Amino acid sequence: MAKLVKNNTIKLKFDSVKNFAPAPESKKAAKIDPQYDLFINGKFERPMSKKYFSTINPATEEKLSMIAEANTADVNKAVKAARTAYDKTWKKMPTAERAKYIYRIARMIQERAREFAIIETLDGGKPIRESRDFDVPTAANHFFYYAGWADKLEYAFPNRKTTPLGVAGQIIPWNFPLLMAAWKIAPALACGNTVVLKPAENTSLTALKLAEIIQEADVPPGVVNIITGAGVTGAAIVNHADINKIAFTGSTDVGKIIQRAIAGTNKKATLELGGKAANIIFEDAPLDQAVEGVINGIFFNQGHVCCAGSRLYVQESVFNEVVRKLKDRLETLIVGDPMDKNTDIGAINSKAQLDIINKYIKIGLQEGAEMYQSSCAMPKKGFYCRPTLFTNVAQSNRIAQEEIFGPVLAIQSFRTDDEVIEKANNTAYGLSAGVWSDKGSKIFNLTSKLRAGVIWANTFNKFDPTSPFGGYKESGYGREGGLHGLSAYINLV
Amino acid sequence: MISTKIIPDFLLPPHIDQVGIEERSSRFTKRSIKNETKLNGLMLALNMIDLTTLEGKDTDGKVKQLCYKAIHLHDVYPGLPTVAAICVYPSMVKIAKKALEGSGVKVASVATAFPSGQATRDIKIRDTKYAVQHGADEVDMVISRGKFLQGEYNYVFDEIAAIKEACGKARLKVILETGELVTYDKVRKASDIAMYAGADFIKTSTGKISPAATMPITLVMLEAIRDFYYKTGKKIAMKPAGGIGKSKLALHYLVMLNETLGEDWMSNEWFRFGASSLANDILMQLMKQKTGIYQNANYFSID
Amino acid sequence: MTTVTNKNNKRLEILKTYKIYIDGQFVRTESGRYYIATNSKKENLANVCLGSRKDFRDAVVAARNAFGSWSTRAAFNRAQILYRIAEMLEGRKAQFIDELIKQDSTKTQAEKEVNLCIDRLIYYSGWCDKFQQLFSSVNPVASPHFNFSVPEPMGVIAAIAPQNNSLLGLVSVIAPIIAGGNSCIVLASATMPLCAVTFAEVLNSSDLPGGVVNILTGKVAELVSYFSDHMDVNATVYCEADFATQKMIKEKSALNIKRVLLYNKIKWTDASGQSPYFIMDLQEIKTTWHPIENIGGAKAGY
Repeated sequence: MAKLVKNNTIKLKFDSVKNFAPAPESKKAAKIDPQYDLFINGKFERPMSKKYFSTINPATEEKLSMIAEANTADVNKAVKAARTAYDKTWKKMPTAERAKYIYRIARMIQERAREFAIIETLDGGKPIRESRDFDVPTAANHFFYYAGWADKLEYAFPNRKTTPLGVAGQIIPWNFPLLMAAWKIAPALACGNTVVLKPAENTSLTALKLAEIIQEADVPPGVVNIITGAGVTGAAIVNHADINKIAFTGSTDVGKIIQRAIAGTNKKATLELGGKAANIIFEDAPLDQAVEGVINGIFFNQGHVCCAGSRLYVQESVFNEVVRKLKDRLETLIVGDPMDKNTDIGAINSKAQLDIINKYIKIGLQEGAEMYQSSCAMPKKGFYCRPTLFTNVAQSNRIAQEEIFGPVLAIQSFRTDDEVIEKANNTAYGLSAGVWSDKGSKIFNLTSKLRAGVIWANTFNKFDPTSPFGGYKESGYGREGGLHGLSAYINLV
Repeated sequence: MISTKIIPDFLLPPHIDQVGIEERSSRFTKRSIKNETKLNGLMLALNMIDLTTLEGKDTDGKVKQLCYKAIHLHDVYPGLPTVAAICVYPSMVKIAKKALEGSGVKVASVATAFPSGQATRDIKIRDTKYAVQHGADEVDMVISRGKFLQGEYNYVFDEIAAIKEACGKARLKVILETGELVTYDKVRKASDIAMYAGADFIKTSTGKISPAATMPITLVMLEAIRDFYYKTGKKIAMKPAGGIGKSKLALHYLVMLNETLGEDWMSNEWFRFGASSLANDILMQLMKQKTGIYQNANYFSID
Repeated sequence: MTTVTNKNNKRLEILKTYKIYIDGQFVRTESGRYYIATNSKKENLANVCLGSRKDFRDAVVAARNAFGSWSTRAAFNRAQILYRIAEMLEGRKAQFIDELIKQDSTKTQAEKEVNLCIDRLIYYSGWCDKFQQLFSSVNPVASPHFNFSVPEPMGVIAAIAPQNNSLLGLVSVIAPIIAGGNSCIVLASATMPLCAVTFAEVLNSSDLPGGVVNILTGKVAELVSYFSDHMDVNATVYCEADFATQKMIKEKSALNIKRVLLYNKIKWTDASGQSPYFIMDLQEIKTTWHPIENIGGAKAGY
């Protein structure tokens, strides 16, 4: 027998990959004011709380701006504006006119795309490549898609007419600030509702920039109100008596608090919560594409993605090969300045999140899992985490069960189809899952048996305005995107 | 010499997902290459070119001119490298060899009834031996695509092995003519067959069939090289040919090479561009980098 | 030969034991408790199981086990089984009318209710293999992927049936649950439980696999919290207007993000008491992506 070369004697070298000359996007193309007020009833107003908090660039820890903190009185004012706009203007407006306002927002985001991308990256730490190529265009597309629904709702629900719900209170997370604002505002407006939206306190800037666009677009005052603040502000929205609907994207823990908080009311709710998606590679998969899918599945947006493919299951016959390919690919990821066009992995969104991720990395090591991190150089300032793989992981490890929300992948092996289906579904979550195989009938078996709202087969982390997104089980309820996303903002009559 | 006797079952289908491989390859084009990285990249790309003339109307005169160009790319720009090789038909090897004497530029010859490969094996072997005898440092053979598509993988394998033997010390480039294989699965399979049969290079295209080299096809082949390297420890070189005319695209190829096979492949021993118009585009870019002024093609010699 | 007869010299009637229905079996409550169902004339109608939390627990286990094969069964087959239920109900119409009359209906009302139940089952039978087409979509995504969204059953549903319309309410709640491929545990009307148990007999003779529908009798106030906080239940259905109970269900459901459906405003006797939207209330939307290869025709390089 001829001898095979052992894997450990051979290693490709990728040191030079990370030595690109700096290619930073210019900060000058975006204007950030020193201070931002609340956007209520079409105007920027100083908060009645008289308080402001600072927002920083997580890549440099430098202060970017001061953001108004809305208190209960501010929330009341915003809800009142939304209610008045709903009663007096928005619900009465011909639907085709409503559509045109939303189209206008879409177009204006496209026009100012570069500015939005820069601010999104400065405020949130995500790579400019992602802000530029994903967050901003997808947000604009979402408005464009739902704009067209405004005057076609009668076709969406067979044998039923629709009415708007009224005022929607919307609370969004820090991982996709502008995109989540679009996911919330676009369908709500198209269905005839008015909104009070609160971005996450770490990442308020693009939502406030969106407020500028809404103002410029001449959207009637009060139809969209954007108020800033932290959890207390969010709670004031959730508990406000004149709100008809709560739409929340964030952690499962907070989702549960919200469900309890509105239990004694008639408020409707949609919740888009956490996840711990399984990504499954069979031996007959297109392995190199699967590896790429795994990389994008867990390292996209530093892993701050509710549908991140954070649990990898690899069939034992290809386990070593897949892990080797993953390690090689890990070495070619550039970690660093999010503003550099070559950066693949930017800054962790906040110190607090970095602490959580590091806590889980420690837990993983304590649990005896084997860690592999890329050898990349790390910036001296700012919040960063090396892309991390764990092998030698079992289902009972905490890193395989709990949502880490960072660039940390837990890899397990499996032997048979039934085993992996059972393990993939063995979680409280059910947001998304991935499966990689070249055999069509196997794909359909897996896609139908995996209990999750979005299944990516031979791909991962794909999003589109026309495609409904949302979870099973503790990943929440309701869908965002597509025809099904309309249900969240209408009553059927 | 590491044994390559462990040969995979070529009847098993490889699994390449088209959308996935194209997404990956387009990701390389998102790299922003600036300043010294760009300069180094352009210099390297220039040094990796197989300057090619493969026409029915080729003459001694034409080949001599091309050889002069290979050594004197743009003399107003001091410190430029030469190209890697001149690529010609077997009948032109002798003249090219002489013109390039002492320059370090290699002579590559297509052989084996290029470009169709529709000849008997003994003719192909004689064609190869002729080129080598006249001094070819490298031989660019074509595989029998008809046989390959018929599923006669052993025929294709044995033919490559036979040509490899006929090459002697010359390095063998195996042209898959990916434009005729159509799917990525087939490109991967043909790459594996060529490498296990003894290829030193695998090469995409003759340049006579469209589409010629594309980034995703090249990526499939680079990944095949990588997997082969991990299995056998043997490095195989890569040559995309045809369709690469612009320096920006060449830089994207180098990014792809660097991020797929790593820095050990970043030299003309392990990577070539089969191209004729690329050199001048790179020269224009280099002049632009040096002077900051956009260039006109008429200031760069055509050979 | 003499025959022993009762004092009226008539044959002694066999009284029915009203049991609960778990996993396809008629069982007594594990608690051994019972209550007496009465009507407005204060007549004792039957001793009825006073179901316990452990009965509910057992029923959830049965429902979870049944869910897998029921949810993956061909929709056409589910349609046939719902149709079969309607057939069985039609065949035993007299018994249901009789029980409804005992529970204070007039004969006309009782006949109308049973007929409506049969028709409603037929209605939902028809929807079994049609609602998916109506509520699915192929989504025209802007990338080379095939993308489609389809409804999938939610799982195990815990339902508290309407306290009035004891038969119609029960049937109207169960039919859309099982038409959509879910399994369920249903708490029958506490005041009028007779038909519910008899309906279980209909289910039992209709090729409906055991465990798909489990019917308990008992008190809402005692059981509702378990219906709401059991971690292996995916959704809770409640049909009464009691605000405190509604609030409690929603609060407890938060424990595992259960879906809560409140049907207190539905007029079950109307046409509005049936629609595919009741099926859709207990469906999840699953969206699947797959790349589409695009080979053929001339392709530009790069």
